[in-house]
Amino acid sequence: MFSDPDLLKFIFGRLTLEAIPYHEPILVATFAAVVIGGIALLGLITYYRFWGALWRDWLTSVDHKKIGIMYVILALVMLLRGFADAIMMRLQQAIAFGGSEGYLPPHHYDQIFTAHGVIMIFFMAMPFVTGLMNFVVPLQIGARDVSFPFLNNFSFWMTTAGAIIIMLSLFVGEFARTGWLAYPPLSGADYSPGVGVDYYIWGLQVAGIGTTLSGINLIATIVKMRAPGMTMMKMPVFTWTSLCTNVLIVATFPVLTATLALLTLDRYAGTNFFTNDLGGDPMMYVNLIWIWGHPEVYILVLPAFGIFSEVVATFCGKRLFGYASMVYATVVITILSYIVWLHHFFTMGSGASVNAFFGITTMIISIPTGAKMFNWLFTMYRGRIRYEVPMLWTVGFMVTFVIGGMTGVLLAVPPADFVLHNSLFLIAHFHNVIIGGVVFGLMAGVYYWFPKAFGFRLDPFWGKMSFWFWLSGFYFAFMPLYVLGLMGVTRRVSQFEDPSLQIWFVIAAFGAFLIALGILSLLVQFVVSFIRREELRDTTGDPWDARTLEWSTASPPPDYNFAFTPVVHDQDSWWDMKKRGHSRPLAGFKPIHMPKNTGTGVILGALSVAFAFGMIWYIWWLACLSFAAMVAIAIGHTFNYDRDFYIPADVVTATEGKRTEMLASEV
Amino acid sequence: MSMHAPSHEDAFEAHHGHSHGHDAGHGTLKSYITGFVLSVILTAIPFWLVMADVLDSPVLTAVIIMALGAVQIVVHMIFFLHMNTRSEGGWTMMALIFTIVLVAITLSGSLWVMHHLDVNMMPMSPEMMRNMP
Amino acid sequence: MTDFTDHSVREGQAPTFYLKEEHHPEGSTMLGFWLYLMSDCLIFAVLFATHGVLGRNYAAGPSPADLFDLPLVAVNTSMLLFSSITYGLAMLEMEKANRNSTLAWMAVTALFGIAFVGLELYEFAHMIHEGAGPQRSAFLSSFFTLVGTHGLHVTSGIVWMFVLMAQVAKHGLIVENKRRLMCLSMFWHFLDVVWIGVFSFVYLMGVLG
Repeated sequence: MFSDPDLLKFIFGRLTLEAIPYHEPILVATFAAVVIGGIALLGLITYYRFWGALWRDWLTSVDHKKIGIMYVILALVMLLRGFADAIMMRLQQAIAFGGSEGYLPPHHYDQIFTAHGVIMIFFMAMPFVTGLMNFVVPLQIGARDVSFPFLNNFSFWMTTAGAIIIMLSLFVGEFARTGWLAYPPLSGADYSPGVGVDYYIWGLQVAGIGTTLSGINLIATIVKMRAPGMTMMKMPVFTWTSLCTNVLIVATFPVLTATLALLTLDRYAGTNFFTNDLGGDPMMYVNLIWIWGHPEVYILVLPAFGIFSEVVATFCGKRLFGYASMVYATVVITILSYIVWLHHFFTMGSGASVNAFFGITTMIISIPTGAKMFNWLFTMYRGRIRYEVPMLWTVGFMVTFVIGGMTGVLLAVPPADFVLHNSLFLIAHFHNVIIGGVVFGLMAGVYYWFPKAFGFRLDPFWGKMSFWFWLSGFYFAFMPLYVLGLMGVTRRVSQFEDPSLQIWFVIAAFGAFLIALGILSLLVQFVVSFIRREELRDTTGDPWDARTLEWSTASPPPDYNFAFTPVVHDQDSWWDMKKRGHSRPLAGFKPIHMPKNTGTGVILGALSVAFAFGMIWYIWWLACLSFAAMVAIAIGHTFNYDRDFYIPADVVTATEGKRTEMLASEV
Repeated sequence: MSMHAPSHEDAFEAHHGHSHGHDAGHGTLKSYITGFVLSVILTAIPFWLVMADVLDSPVLTAVIIMALGAVQIVVHMIFFLHMNTRSEGGWTMMALIFTIVLVAITLSGSLWVMHHLDVNMMPMSPEMMRNMP
Repeated sequence: MTDFTDHSVREGQAPTFYLKEEHHPEGSTMLGFWLYLMSDCLIFAVLFATHGVLGRNYAAGPSPADLFDLPLVAVNTSMLLFSSITYGLAMLEMEKANRNSTLAWMAVTALFGIAFVGLELYEFAHMIHEGAGPQRSAFLSSFFTLVGTHGLHVTSGIVWMFVLMAQVAKHGLIVENKRRLMCLSMFWHFLDVVWIGVFSFVYLMGVLG
């Protein structure tokens, strides 16, 4: 029946049995592990009869807190995937010397470094940042949810769908071999005819829709939903940095979407934007993608700066030094980040005037960042510093990030960049700022807000283990790369001839091993903390004696966040409330108006995976069908006008009564 | 389909039925007609300039086309999109100005960068092509 | 929002820390939709920039002066301008709470929109028939993509228009529908603004050479 090749081609497109990599032992083993793990997880969910609750309370939830938590879980899962890629590369480079080819053939190695970059930026750092913003921002501004709760759920599922598409490439077909930005002409149809680049394109496009919409959502939330009295200059710094980050998201992700769409047309429709023939210009792609790519760096790091600001103020017991300068520095970075993109391709040959302009703007952008550093230092100065885990991450960040920032200024000098371009020095630099800035910030944020999300603190011992392994591992892994880069070793190479280089790669691999222990400690920390949750319980809602509104409500917060909307008089509004003796209202609760959960987001996410799969494998019927279904369901959703309900006053009274008992038991 | 999404995600505040976010104004019949007449004129002039080949200098024609285009965009913004500094507490105007700045950076930056690249890296005058090995 | 600043504190009274009444933040839809339009604007900025950079790379193929039929473009532009004023009239009828005339003006707008898309498709078909398809040169790639993206936006605007007409017919001019009409109004007029850029920058400047 299936002997007709035309029929087969119609049904399966270019998907054949050869696309399943059963001849690659590493992938087969990974697949087996994923299947066994997956079955175990599904079995546990079934055993504990968790399916109903999972669907009702989590997957279809429009509650910003749950969506935020799901984003962070997605990010942690993808961190494991991305880190597995990293340690494979480190191992390969440490052993592939003197004629040894290592254990990864070049075509596999190329997929790994591409996947590592794509996953770490788009599916680890982005969901992590978005998740924390989603969870924290509405609580910090005294709101009950975001402006568009369903859109929030939809955004999350689009991001997840993108992650699923990327993960599918591991077991069906292959991933791109082009590096994480897929420069043409290498990524064009002539040089990458396989499905790898198509996985890349559709994974990013689907996730990009989610990211842009969630950016719009959070801007509207911050602008419109702040508690009464919270003027712009009374917003917590994390909310400020979130606002700027989301402005950057809304302003730049469309650029990525459009650029990738042009590449898609080149690959699918035979147009000539970035080809070598018929007037196409590959460098235009590089120009456009970095117009998105440089602001993206600040999209990631600004929220981390916000986290450090909250952590420093809280654990030094002081108001943040230079609040206004912090805000202005953030805004200046936001704008400047849009006029530095060319420093990513000084060597393409634009000439002296262009390179000088972008070199100077790049150096200027380090000034507001430096100002922030001094603000944190002056906040610590004469503060009563408590070296809890988030504070450790912050101090680790301050030292590490300054080193990374200074190597960045080195690279901003065009003549120096001509020497260091595409070398391991560059790799060391951006890992220095992304790990030392973004990852450390996210770790601090997780530890800081975990008790708010789950009602118990994380275990400090394993937190400190994780911190010290990460910090020392970082230095072991990346300082050798600076040295190698200065010696002229380029990036993305899988085998080496010169044996004198090997020792540096071995040290770097050791560093990666230490980071692996750091990640392991993080996971152990979650398990241990869950087991010891009664000892670590936070009954007050304010375990750190903190300063902003999210700590004024219970841990975890009730569905409606605040029984009564707080009124703000000061920057550190919760600190102000504590100092001036606020009294928590105990009566007079009213019914609270809330949005209803909906499964539309999950369905649309699933359909977009099917659509992308159809497009990647040229299974046109699947693509058409799932696209039509998406449009129909999206339109159908607009015919539902019944989207909200009221939490009755007695439910609110009961919930708040429980909190009163809990607070009383504390003393 | 993403473009439909933002319009109907707002059940959260829909129920209250308050519309004080809508102080953008809706325009009047008069303002719509004014806008329409202005934009017809502003569209007709550049088409006439090009189709009837009125001016000798193409550069001057191009400058006039772009200038009239910019004026027409402003006309549409005021009379059809009802832009003003008051609506949504000034946030829409701020977003618009920010976007215009970014659009200007994207357009002029790309043209500048790619023009220099062409000049430096693509020496493709006919003589050079002839002399190529 | 400024009503809540610290007068009470200065006068030495205990300040209010909680609102006793339900807090109703302002509706965010108009702002959110405007932000979406701004992000869309940047998509068009990229396409315009691409056309600006690649728009003269004819690859020894046809140039704008050979291809563009300006009278057709002028007719097409007028379709879009007419649809703008008719949508404006629909909004004015909405303000007066006339459901049927709102629906009628929306239908007229949709017809102008369909005429616009139809003429554009005719133009595209004609060009492809002459061998000037999007694969011919970088200029044609960017031309088809820029104009086609605008056309796709108009098409989704038309689909949205019909969906909204069904909703207005079913539920009347209720608050939700009015807000949706406002959003579609912004979307539709925004596409007008983009078209001004297209006919000036792509067609007229292209023919100038």
